[in-house]
Amino acid sequence: MLTRRIIPCLDIKDNRVVKGVKFLGLRDAGDPVEVAKAYDQQEADELVFLDITASFQKRKTLVELVEEIAKNIFMPFTVGGGISDISDIRNLLNAGAEKVSINTAAVKCPDLVARAARRFGSQCIVAAIDAKATGARQWEVYINGGRTPTGQDAVEWAKQAANLGAGEILLTSMDYDGTKDGYDIALTKAITDVVSIPVIASGGAGKLEHFSDAFLKTNCDACLAASIFHYEEYTVKQVKEYLKEKGVPVRL
Amino acid sequence: MIAIIDYGMGNIHSVNKALQLFSAKTVITNKPEDILNCEKAVLPGVGAFDDAMQELEKQGLVEPIKKHVAAGKPFLGICLGMQLLFEKSQEAKEARGLGIFKGGVVKFKAAKGLKVPHMGWNQLKKCQMSDVKCQNGCPLLKNIPDNAFVYFCHSYYPDPKDKQVIAGVTEYGGSFASLVWQENVFGAQFHPEKSQSIGLKILENFVKLC
Repeated sequence: MLTRRIIPCLDIKDNRVVKGVKFLGLRDAGDPVEVAKAYDQQEADELVFLDITASFQKRKTLVELVEEIAKNIFMPFTVGGGISDISDIRNLLNAGAEKVSINTAAVKCPDLVARAARRFGSQCIVAAIDAKATGARQWEVYINGGRTPTGQDAVEWAKQAANLGAGEILLTSMDYDGTKDGYDIALTKAITDVVSIPVIASGGAGKLEHFSDAFLKTNCDACLAASIFHYEEYTVKQVKEYLKEKGVPVRL
Repeated sequence: MIAIIDYGMGNIHSVNKALQLFSAKTVITNKPEDILNCEKAVLPGVGAFDDAMQELEKQGLVEPIKKHVAAGKPFLGICLGMQLLFEKSQEAKEARGLGIFKGGVVKFKAAKGLKVPHMGWNQLKKCQMSDVKCQNGCPLLKNIPDNAFVYFCHSYYPDPKDKQVIAGVTEYGGSFASLVWQENVFGAQFHPEKSQSIGLKILENFVKLC
């Protein structure tokens, strides 16, 4: 049986982990490779690395970092942040990323999603959507790391991205992100109801119930979380054991 | 020496490093002579079927791969690298595959809540068939528990003509062949190099094949 996934997310800047990972016993909690190894040992289902480096020059070294990660962990991971063309995607996949996530460039140039899916297959193209509520059951897509509103409806964009060939949606609720109040169930449900590709819920995980709520109240396939794992409030295994008790299929 | 065939389509680092964990000597290569001379070879791959075949042809790797296999040396195809071992794919109307396994590669049909791509950790069920070879079990699955979890990330899967080559199946809207095996040739639809301890054990079994 295909199981639901738990995915820790790491923000990378200038090839260092930011948003403070406080793992006990890690010699260098800023080293993406060390942190990735720790999550590999916890048997996280996947990892997501989001590169938030501003400078283009420094971002070039991301490919080397991805190679280094791929040599050290034997689990799937997605890389996103600043991907703007086919050659970026090819370089990251060849360096060892299982999938790439595309956000701003996909909104600005939807054809990039179509071309990438044709070239590399839908299975490795993730459309990352940052959405913010504008009214009851209405959400707007933001780009440029959540700084720029686009006027585009998130549900419509999700449908379009899937039609273009995206193989997965990484859906972040800007309203819930960082609140620890739980995932945005209404948003996640609105998207999973209209697409037939996997959806990763993101933003808001603070308690164990938040994960089971997301899986039991929506048809999402994976839950992404950052600080709850980085600060060792819970291990990935504890979350999965809880989910198993609640009847959610997980890999343990 | 194990040749990891680098034809510009996909991740070679994880599989290379994983094989080295088990003291395998490896060479990442697109040279025909390396493929012919090595004792074993691995064909990874991410991307489209026809692009991948074009690359293999352009780089003169089709014949060396076929010769390596015909010489009875162990060969492992992973994901797209496995699909290329078949005759054809629904993904590519024109391109012909390597044809080492009979049959084609078909796409999952998105229906009744079945999401495509098939993405994540699913179980690998060992095939128990009446055939003597299968009863003994696929050597790659030695010491692997039945129904172990491995990682999948794909929209297409193999549909072998000869069902005897199926060494493992996985349930996803019905069961499909997730591991195929014919004498010295192995093909995994899942990613052993991304399947944590179970995947590493499978690669260790490949390294230890004689």
